[in-house]
Amino acid sequence: MNNVWVICRKELKSYFASPIAYGLMAFFALVSGYFFYAAVAIFVTRGMEMQMMGRGMPMDVNEWVVRPVLSNVSVIGLFMIPMITMRLFAEEKRSGTIELLVTSPVRDWEIILGKWFAALLMYAAILSVSLVNVSVLFAYGRPDWKPLLVGYLGLILQGGCLLALGTFLSTTTKNQIVAGAGTFAVCLMLWVISWLTEFNTESYAKVIGYLSVVTHFESFAKGVIDTKDLIFYFSMIFFGLFLSARSLESLRWRS
Amino acid sequence: MIRVEGLTKRYPRTVAVDDISFTVGKGEIIGFLGPNGAGKTTTMRVLTCFLPPSAGMAEVAGFDVVKQPMEVKKRIGYLPETPPLYPEMEVREYLQFVGRLKQMSGASLAARIEEVGKRCHIDDVMPKLISKLSKGYRQRVGLAQAIIHNPEVLILDEPTSGLDPKQILETRSLIKELAGEHTIILSTHILPEVEQVCEKVIIINKGRVVATDSVSNLTSRLRGSDAVGVEVGGASQADVESALGAVAGVATVKSMGNKDGVVRFEVESRPGESIRPEIARSVVQAGWQLHELHSLSFSLEEIFLQLTSSDAAVAAPKGDAQ
Repeated sequence: MNNVWVICRKELKSYFASPIAYGLMAFFALVSGYFFYAAVAIFVTRGMEMQMMGRGMPMDVNEWVVRPVLSNVSVIGLFMIPMITMRLFAEEKRSGTIELLVTSPVRDWEIILGKWFAALLMYAAILSVSLVNVSVLFAYGRPDWKPLLVGYLGLILQGGCLLALGTFLSTTTKNQIVAGAGTFAVCLMLWVISWLTEFNTESYAKVIGYLSVVTHFESFAKGVIDTKDLIFYFSMIFFGLFLSARSLESLRWRS
Repeated sequence: MIRVEGLTKRYPRTVAVDDISFTVGKGEIIGFLGPNGAGKTTTMRVLTCFLPPSAGMAEVAGFDVVKQPMEVKKRIGYLPETPPLYPEMEVREYLQFVGRLKQMSGASLAARIEEVGKRCHIDDVMPKLISKLSKGYRQRVGLAQAIIHNPEVLILDEPTSGLDPKQILETRSLIKELAGEHTIILSTHILPEVEQVCEKVIIINKGRVVATDSVSNLTSRLRGSDAVGVEVGGASQADVESALGAVAGVATVKSMGNKDGVVRFEVESRPGESIRPEIARSVVQAGWQLHELHSLSFSLEEIFLQLTSSDAAVAAPKGDAQ
């Protein structure tokens, strides 16, 4: 376990030694800030309309702001994840430093877990930028913090699952661009796959729909933790890391 | 310390290493010599548990590379052909990372980093980014990384490639210094390097071991006879040639022309005969001036070419050994 931490720390340092960490954080702050602003603006206008129509029904901040913003953020995540994972193994393979890692007394799964965990922490650090928006909500309103927490947990789990797949794709090539593009394609596919099957009730469509990472996030965005979704995310994470381990092992048999 | 038996590594289309066997004793420093693509790196990668062998076995410090890779990995330091450096790290930070990977920690690691830094002459660049270092420094940081955990076995893949002559000399002397404490395998295609640094040579070509011996044995074994270069002044070409031909034990006399009144010859003895004293005496007795008398030792280069360039050469050392 100590080895996992050694590798994780090194990866985190190299994220912050390059402009990528800051670039992604800035990008995320901008885009999530825009979505937050848009959601709040809609919330305010609707609230005024309601009052003018004389229907004084209280509007829920969680329902009107938190939920749409979280859903949007989960989609932004799809675009950032390839940038986080693409260099994990591709760069080590290109520069030959992978030889140092695999000839050190460290197990393959420790290397993979360390790198994946670093990517997850990086992703969490990027997400934490949006806490600025959330603090504004708390300053001027009374949102329920529990669904908010569940929503962030969902974001982390969804990220973890895509990061695991990205880690796997990074082990398959020496070229960061290829790894990044491949991961992006997979993320995109896992997102849009539900569009095709949304109104189809046949059983195969349900299976395909089940694979979509975004549909599993929806209940988290509502503030609901469903074991079905937890199992999906955990098994996807395991699947991605397992594939990475196999791929790293095959590197030795093939190269 | 290292035992390799019948090691074979096959790839779908080629056989990179074909049934090689050798042993390396504790504290020995051996040169792994061969042209590019001979299978040196592949063999080293098998020894470091980077690649599994297709057949045969390899053992480091009594541990099998396939069955107990963790034990093997703890005991080896490996410098690949391109030093495995992270350009975005500082030298000290990098050595810390490698030390931790090799299961070191705390004060002992910090002390070891200082020690290794002095050893490899990188203590002045410790706070620098690796991306800012020159090639020579990078190589030394690579070497420092390999010895950080004080491994029993050190495997160096072409440690001097791409360095300038001064850096090459420094690296060689560093490797020699390390020889006392570690068992070292060093691969190279530079022949003088082996002559200068190594005690024993394993010559490998097309994935096969073509010769294994000490440097001096290899030289004499292939030579068999003694060759001497002679330069004589104050005499005519023909006179000297006949005088040299008359010396006991001389097999051939070859004229190498003359320059400024000095005639030059290459004289080869019959196997096992020492002819240098006799040549000197006959030249002096004739009243000529002996300008130079030197041994034309068979350089490793020639041996290497002889062993690796023709198929007949493969049989030659075996014939000699009988």
